[in-house]
Amino acid sequence: MPLFMPNRYRGKLIVVEGIDGSGKSTQISLLSHWLRSSGYAVAFSEWNSSPLVRQATRRGKKKEMFTPTTFSLIHATDFADRMESYILPLVKSGAIVCADRYAYTAFARDVARGVGRRWVRNLYRFAIHPNIAFYFRVPLDVALGRILGGRDALKYYEAGMDLGLARDVEESFRIFQGRILDEYEAMAKEVGFHIIDASLPIEEQQRQMREIVTRELGADAENGVLRVPPEGAAGA
Amino acid sequence: MPKRQPLQFYSETLPGVDLSELQGKLIVIEGPDAVGRTTQVALLRQWLEREGHAVLDTGMARSALAGKGIKMAKEGNTLGPITMTLFYTTDFADRLENEIMPALRAGFVVLIDRYIYSIMARAIARNEDRRWIEQVAGFALVPHATYYLRAEVETLVSRVVLGRGAFDFWESGMDLRFGPDKYDSFVRYQARLIRALDSMVKPYEFAVIDADQPVLKIFAELRRRISRLLPRDSRRRQPSSTAVKAVT
Repeated sequence: MPLFMPNRYRGKLIVVEGIDGSGKSTQISLLSHWLRSSGYAVAFSEWNSSPLVRQATRRGKKKEMFTPTTFSLIHATDFADRMESYILPLVKSGAIVCADRYAYTAFARDVARGVGRRWVRNLYRFAIHPNIAFYFRVPLDVALGRILGGRDALKYYEAGMDLGLARDVEESFRIFQGRILDEYEAMAKEVGFHIIDASLPIEEQQRQMREIVTRELGADAENGVLRVPPEGAAGA
Repeated sequence: MPKRQPLQFYSETLPGVDLSELQGKLIVIEGPDAVGRTTQVALLRQWLEREGHAVLDTGMARSALAGKGIKMAKEGNTLGPITMTLFYTTDFADRLENEIMPALRAGFVVLIDRYIYSIMARAIARNEDRRWIEQVAGFALVPHATYYLRAEVETLVSRVVLGRGAFDFWESGMDLRFGPDKYDSFVRYQARLIRALDSMVKPYEFAVIDADQPVLKIFAELRRRISRLLPRDSRRRQPSSTAVKAVT
């Protein structure tokens, strides 16, 4: 059974994955700027950002109502809305859609919460297959150092506090992120991630990404993908 | 005889649930829109409580987590079919884990006005992948009994017109864009739903109840069938039923 629906459209889908603090958001942001400045039509989609589902998610988090199953389902609902009303029409139209987290986040996070591996993979079967999925591999301590150093207090579900792993929020976060990391590593081969060493300098990671994008999208990107005509060639 | 004891999940085991603790009865009333399910659930509840059973009744989009969100999403015109399926599944999961299973643990009779079958039928009516939604909803408990109130589309139409007097956007499947007319769309959409529910009769062991009958006749039939599922106590039931002989 294939994991996702094949992308038969003109546009492309590029996604980034990795645990919190792996630096993936920085990298996808740099990549999308680069693609845009090269003239491509670029769109961006973030995990957990559907306006239709937001109210329910917010309510569930605030009142700590989620079980592993409902947590998984509400995020799949959010994802479905973004897929149906945003990502899919844009990919059809020829845009390059960059997604900060994709179904793999659910595969890692929901399974770390105790949800069945096969069940959660089936849940996302309606998603279109990314053209490129980058995975930012980072040692747990490096990621934790980046997160725990500079940010606001950790949130309840983010730290996996619903699982009762530890009383202390930071300790719970540590254990939970470790489990998520294990899930990512276990699926890396299965799903064909392009692995980026996230402990390298930012510039080097970005250079590798651009190289992979150029290689993978190559001739395709010259054909179907929507692009601003080069200066002077406009006219139609 | 009560079959399938203890209760089981269809295909996906929810983490942390001890099925042997679920002592109550899980009874589902299914059927298309306007077939009269809600009326029957209300009658059944009264009757069961009179008989001394503790009853929980629940239905779609009533969860604390997603009920309001679904209603809000349905007010707009941007709710896609897969999103709708998953939103309703979220709603169902929240009720299953936080209302239905606790009530079963406490020995309640749980009456459900539409189960995962309606979510599945709506998905199938919208050409979604049947195997996909069956697996997504696989964490549902197999009920002790499912009564499918079945009527033809003409019956539903007359109940809508005589009852509410207007066709609802979603009950008419207007999101499927059959055309601009709500009546035409209602007829086509409900026929699809009925077809989808019909296809579940065998695999999901529905008991089909003819819902073209008068309300009280349907009620009597449901009562007769449900009393066979319930633990027998010293109470006398209505002396009209032939089942009474076997009891005493």
